[in-house]
Amino acid sequence: MSTAISTTEEVIAHGHDHGHDHEHEHHELGFIRKYIFSEDHKTIAKQYLISGILWAFIGGSLSIIFRLQLGFPDMSLEWLRPILGEWIDESGKLDKEFYLALVTMHGTIMVFFVLTAGLSGTFSNFLIPLQIGARDMASGFINMLSYWFFALSSVIMFSSLFIETGPASGGWVIYPPLSALPQAMPGSGLGMTLWLTSMALFIVSQLMGGINYICTIINLRTRGMTFTKMPLTIWSFFFTAVLGLLSFPVLLSAALLLIFDRSFGTSFYLSEIYIQGQALPNMGGSPILYQHLFWFLGHPEVYIVLLPALGMTSEVIATNARKPIFGYRAMIGSMMGITVLAFIVWAHHMFVTGMNPFLGSVFMFLTLIIAVPSAVKGFNYITTLWKGNIIFTPAMLFSIGLVSLFISGGVTGIILGNSALDINLHDTYFVVAHFHLVMGAASFFGLMAGVYHWFPKMFGRMMNKTAGYIHFWFTFVGVYAVFFPMHYTGIAGFPRRYYSFTALGNDGESAFTDLNAFISFAAIITFTAQAIFFFNFFYSIFKGKRATQNPWKSNTLEWTTPIVPGHGNWEGEIPAVYRWPYDYSKPGSEADFIPQTVPHSATPESNLPEENDEIAKEKEIESLLAAQNESYNR
Amino acid sequence: MNYLVGLLSVVFFILAITVISKSLKLNKNLSGENESDSALDSHNNSNAVGFLLFWLFGTIAGVWSFLHSQPDFLPEAASAHGVKTDSMFWISMAVVTFAFFITNSLLFFFAFQYRNDKNRKATFYPVNHKLEIIWTIIPAIVMAILVFTGWRTWRDITSQAPSNAVVIEVTGHQFGWYVRYAGNDDSQLGNINYKLIDETNSLGLDFTDKNTFDDFTASELHLPKGVPVLLKIRAQDVLHSVYLPFQRVKMDAVPGMPTKFWFTPTISTDEMRAKLGKKDFNYKLNCTEICGRGHFGMAITVFVDEPADYKKWVAEQKPFLTMNPAYLSKVPENLKAKASKYIPAEPIATDSTAVEAVSVK
Repeated sequence: MSTAISTTEEVIAHGHDHGHDHEHEHHELGFIRKYIFSEDHKTIAKQYLISGILWAFIGGSLSIIFRLQLGFPDMSLEWLRPILGEWIDESGKLDKEFYLALVTMHGTIMVFFVLTAGLSGTFSNFLIPLQIGARDMASGFINMLSYWFFALSSVIMFSSLFIETGPASGGWVIYPPLSALPQAMPGSGLGMTLWLTSMALFIVSQLMGGINYICTIINLRTRGMTFTKMPLTIWSFFFTAVLGLLSFPVLLSAALLLIFDRSFGTSFYLSEIYIQGQALPNMGGSPILYQHLFWFLGHPEVYIVLLPALGMTSEVIATNARKPIFGYRAMIGSMMGITVLAFIVWAHHMFVTGMNPFLGSVFMFLTLIIAVPSAVKGFNYITTLWKGNIIFTPAMLFSIGLVSLFISGGVTGIILGNSALDINLHDTYFVVAHFHLVMGAASFFGLMAGVYHWFPKMFGRMMNKTAGYIHFWFTFVGVYAVFFPMHYTGIAGFPRRYYSFTALGNDGESAFTDLNAFISFAAIITFTAQAIFFFNFFYSIFKGKRATQNPWKSNTLEWTTPIVPGHGNWEGEIPAVYRWPYDYSKPGSEADFIPQTVPHSATPESNLPEENDEIAKEKEIESLLAAQNESYNR
Repeated sequence: MNYLVGLLSVVFFILAITVISKSLKLNKNLSGENESDSALDSHNNSNAVGFLLFWLFGTIAGVWSFLHSQPDFLPEAASAHGVKTDSMFWISMAVVTFAFFITNSLLFFFAFQYRNDKNRKATFYPVNHKLEIIWTIIPAIVMAILVFTGWRTWRDITSQAPSNAVVIEVTGHQFGWYVRYAGNDDSQLGNINYKLIDETNSLGLDFTDKNTFDDFTASELHLPKGVPVLLKIRAQDVLHSVYLPFQRVKMDAVPGMPTKFWFTPTISTDEMRAKLGKKDFNYKLNCTEICGRGHFGMAITVFVDEPADYKKWVAEQKPFLTMNPAYLSKVPENLKAKASKYIPAEPIATDSTAVEAVSVK
């Protein structure tokens, strides 16, 4: 992994100009400080990205194993014995507990390690300084710690896959008492301890990252980069960081109380339990308390993974439609609305958990309100395409795919958010279909859009476009083929996390045998197609076509840096910003894009009447240069 | 239905021909394209057509797969509230499917229609407040209507159970369900205490409570048709969830916190067998909260009987105390006289299997 980074970093080092006037140390850093314990936000971003990609393949392959069981229940999995060993039982079938472990680890890995760390960690780190015009994060050291806490957490989570009693198996939500009592299932033993340790470290990592993102966005914007001139990507990273900073500590408290219950005999979540022939002494705890604490993070978590994807999509769609994003302020407003509402909808995951039904009514109201800003975002994306002049780069394809998945998965949220309808659908495949489309696949598409779009900036080379197109079409068709039919099994009442459906009775399982086989088949194809991306990504790091200065003809600041930006990002002064980032195809302008660094005084032919007032402010913006340099030299 | 399918296939056939002929035309234009522009390449039009084809075949596949799967959906709801939630579900489904279809169609058509053309410039159209307000308000109104109807139904479903409701207790454990009825003499369930659980008294029946004496347990759930039933739900070890798919009932079983759900079964087992034309059809109670190894197999059979048959079945059941007279010793002295009424004159063949629910290993 580090060699992958090192080659490109060498390019960076060679192209690096030491003539800055800011007083950073410019002695050559050793290998370890440069590539491993690096404080450079770009290196940290790449570390997050490559870790995320590796995790995605692990998480994906776990899902393929349990899809084999669900799609082909009669198939002998004896051939997996060399990998899975004892987890394949004597009859050549997947062990029933290991099935649950697979489901649990798939969820944990995908939600936290791929879509939180791999997506937000990568692009918040990479794009925030580059797009707001900063030399690096507010604290490079904390940023480095953030990655290494994540790496440590990854190692612990990964190691739990290999222990004898198996990894955590109680579902990614790890509801107690199942997760609290090692006698309830083997996965609740050491596996759960490792899970909790890993997640505690992960939360520390997220908090350090989040606080850095917020500080950087508020304090280190270049002169002229007012909040209303920030790209939507930065807005989305900002809201994501706020969400994470406020909600992850609550998950930590939930995890800590669970650790106390497991190891120190407390009864926060345990009460009146008789298990394995033994009555436990715990009294007075409430499993519902855990659910409240968990979902207080768990729901914002959905937006933590989705908002960065939506932000990047806004940028990619505007750039490649050669049109300003429609309703820039409405987009910010709806993200702000989503951020606020995200904190007060958590209990819609708990309509039928025994929570007071009155609370259910309150949360139903709040939940359906959040559909409104989400709908506004959807409409704005569609209108941005309208009368555009669309260039289908792989990033653009994935962005359009994201919008489609966001809509398709989003609309069923209106059904599930309705507590009366949730009674029958709760914990069925309808829910699985819903959140995989709207949060899993949509965010994944955002991640892919981001990688294809910013790859040239990351590695100074281009990814192969044709391979990108093939990758997109396989993935897009595949994702729909996997998750769309799950709505049907959900309506038929098939519960999730079932090893097999025989106990539904009345020959119910045979009704969807073909469908389940089809889903598994589609999942395998889709997963296999990711190999195209894998090879394209790693091949292009070394052998891709050299990138040009601004390959997508984009307006944002990152494309004004050297093709491979060195430490400090800009050689010489950081450019000033004079306009918003979406001046594409502006009437009167010769070029179809006007970068943010071009002052209005230079474009009299295309200025809108109100923009002529901005010219007066340019002097003011330029006069801030001394103060800006001062702040870096301090 | 066949007519509809036929009509749809004709429509799609025509659409398919239109799309393919259009894409052929595009391909002709393609040959003259030059690739000097790095972001734009000769595949731009193919990708645009791709979205159109995706829309076309996606719609066909969506409609076909729905029609194909529909016979396997849960049959008509067998409870009073289920009929309401089902109709609300399908109305909501129609609304969201409409929104889903319109927005996705626009997305794919715009992607196709506005594909790059060198001779055209994109329209600079950054904002339109009126549009933003319109598409904020319309979803808001639709949501408000859906929320309001949903809330009213939810309020009715979760209201207090009617006083004439039959009270039945369902207790989840790894991996099965215990069912307990209030008995033939009083309609009160006796207390239970998890510390009193032993091999025979698997529920922890508390014999210091006189309401316990006539309580009986069962390995199947019998429900009277047309009478409100109040399920009192417990769990002994970990979370479970009572799911009666055909009655559209679901409620978690939580250790240390009894929960409840009341509903009125409206279709008896026999009637449902006749409706579905399946002689061996049975309602089921499944678990829908992950609870461990045997989670997927944690099911018991549910019978909805005509009220008279239900009464007959209840009358035939023997209280736990009758089946297990040894527990008389747990009854306090002052209640012994009352309890001894349930002790058979001659010991009957102990049948403790009645409390053992289905257990899958």
